[in-house]
Amino acid sequence: MIQIKKLVKKYSSRQGDVIALDNVSLNISPGSIYGIIGLSGAGKSTLVRCLNLLEKPTSGHVIVAGQDLPLLSSKELRQARQNIGMIFQHFYLLQSRTVAENIAFPLEIAGVSKKEISIRVKELLHLVGLEDKTDVYPAQLSGGQKQRVGIARALATKPQVLLCDEATSALDPQTTLSILNLLRDINQKLGLTIVMITHEMKVVKEICTDVAVIHEARIVENGPVESVFIKPQSDIAKQFISTVFPNELPADLLKELATHKDSEIVRIQFLGSRASDPIITDLLRNCDVRANILYGSIDHLRSTLFGTLTIELLGNSDQLKEAHRYLAARKLNVEVIHREL
Amino acid sequence: MSFDIASLFQLILPATGETLYMVVVSTLLAYLIGLPLGIILVVTSPGHIMPNPWVERTLGTVINILRSAPFIILLVALIPFTRSIIGTSIGTTAAIVPLVISAAPFVARMVESSLKEVPYGVIEAALSMGASPQQIIQKVLLPEAKASLILGVAITTISVIGYTAMAGTVGGGGLGDLAIQYGYNRFRTDIMVITVVILVVIVQIIQSLGTALARKLTH
Repeated sequence: MIQIKKLVKKYSSRQGDVIALDNVSLNISPGSIYGIIGLSGAGKSTLVRCLNLLEKPTSGHVIVAGQDLPLLSSKELRQARQNIGMIFQHFYLLQSRTVAENIAFPLEIAGVSKKEISIRVKELLHLVGLEDKTDVYPAQLSGGQKQRVGIARALATKPQVLLCDEATSALDPQTTLSILNLLRDINQKLGLTIVMITHEMKVVKEICTDVAVIHEARIVENGPVESVFIKPQSDIAKQFISTVFPNELPADLLKELATHKDSEIVRIQFLGSRASDPIITDLLRNCDVRANILYGSIDHLRSTLFGTLTIELLGNSDQLKEAHRYLAARKLNVEVIHREL
Repeated sequence: MSFDIASLFQLILPATGETLYMVVVSTLLAYLIGLPLGIILVVTSPGHIMPNPWVERTLGTVINILRSAPFIILLVALIPFTRSIIGTSIGTTAAIVPLVISAAPFVARMVESSLKEVPYGVIEAALSMGASPQQIIQKVLLPEAKASLILGVAITTISVIGYTAMAGTVGGGGLGDLAIQYGYNRFRTDIMVITVVILVVIVQIIQSLGTALARKLTH
């Protein structure tokens, strides 16, 4: 649906050029919910704004639904933008228009007839659950309701792509969840491709199918959410993951464990049905090691279960090797954090 | 020499009419010129929807020059120009020409500051929907700045009332001229007081109307 090829964005200033995007390439397939995560200043906002050319790339290709946006004339670009909805952190609703009039706005721009607009606006109000707020002005809405209006407005022209620029960052955790659920419903109901910019790994964990980690203007890592969560390659990705699955052991405990002989600390991660297997019992019955459970958590990664277990394994080096072989055979992802032999 | 109430009215009534005529017509014409100029100033500014440094700077400079000329000088300097378009340089209608020339740049700046209050994010949201510059001006900038624009109209109108006091110099008449001619030059304190009171009332009404309307338009 979206192909980004060798995208470069430079800002010139008196202090010299600032590179906001350095040779970024990404492929976003139709129907996916693609999360782009990064710290502030990493270039993620610039990247999403390049996807509808609110920001003009210095060079490179941005191909959305088969059209290379930087090559379009201004008229063609306006047409193409009607196929790319966008929602914002601060909503940016028109204060002088009611909820219904805000949702009607992109349709007016597209030149849709009054009669069709009123039908479409009703459908959209129903979709986002704001039928009772039709004639209310944005100033009287809560943050979550404003974002629902934003979503309805962005979807009015039936776009194939929805861009979300920190869409939940101004909302409380409860409202964030309800907005994310709404986005997931829309993604499933309408088959819409969603690109989400965020600095919260929680957002990625909840709804994204794919994720790209952007750091210092470059994509450092990308792929399906499950594989990035289980085997993060970059330090920055690991840091982000630890914000939703904290699995660092307290320093005191680590110090104490380091005094143990013939022991190692391992982190086992498991996905989906693996999460319900009695791993530890099986391990202890099959291998001659002892285990000390230090930390465990189980949570959802989108709709699949995702578990982490940190244990200390006690045994000599042959016994530990045997344990590793056993775990590997069960297709579990095992990472050794510390080893003392 | 003393005046009775009737002759007082005969002086004040036409003068009030002249003031209102000059103020209403000048303000309307000033907006006809100033509103588009204000819009151009905003949309051509850097980072806006149609950035054009040359247009913005040239227009800005012309506006600044016109605004720095004292009105009384403008009034006299424009006499030949006024004569060429009105046919005369004397009278109430003739006074409207310098009033408009002086108020239009002021209006342009008022409009500019009102339109700049519209958060650029809202404009970007409209751009992201495929809005054209014309649609953004008509459907985003002007409606979103409506309340502020209305307050600007009240401020402009009140400033124009102040300027009309000087219109007497070219025989424009009006309340300000009456106050100078009779109240000041002929020591008629009663006329001075009455004209000032009428001006105060007019200013109060315009400001209250503007404030009330702006409040009604703010949601």
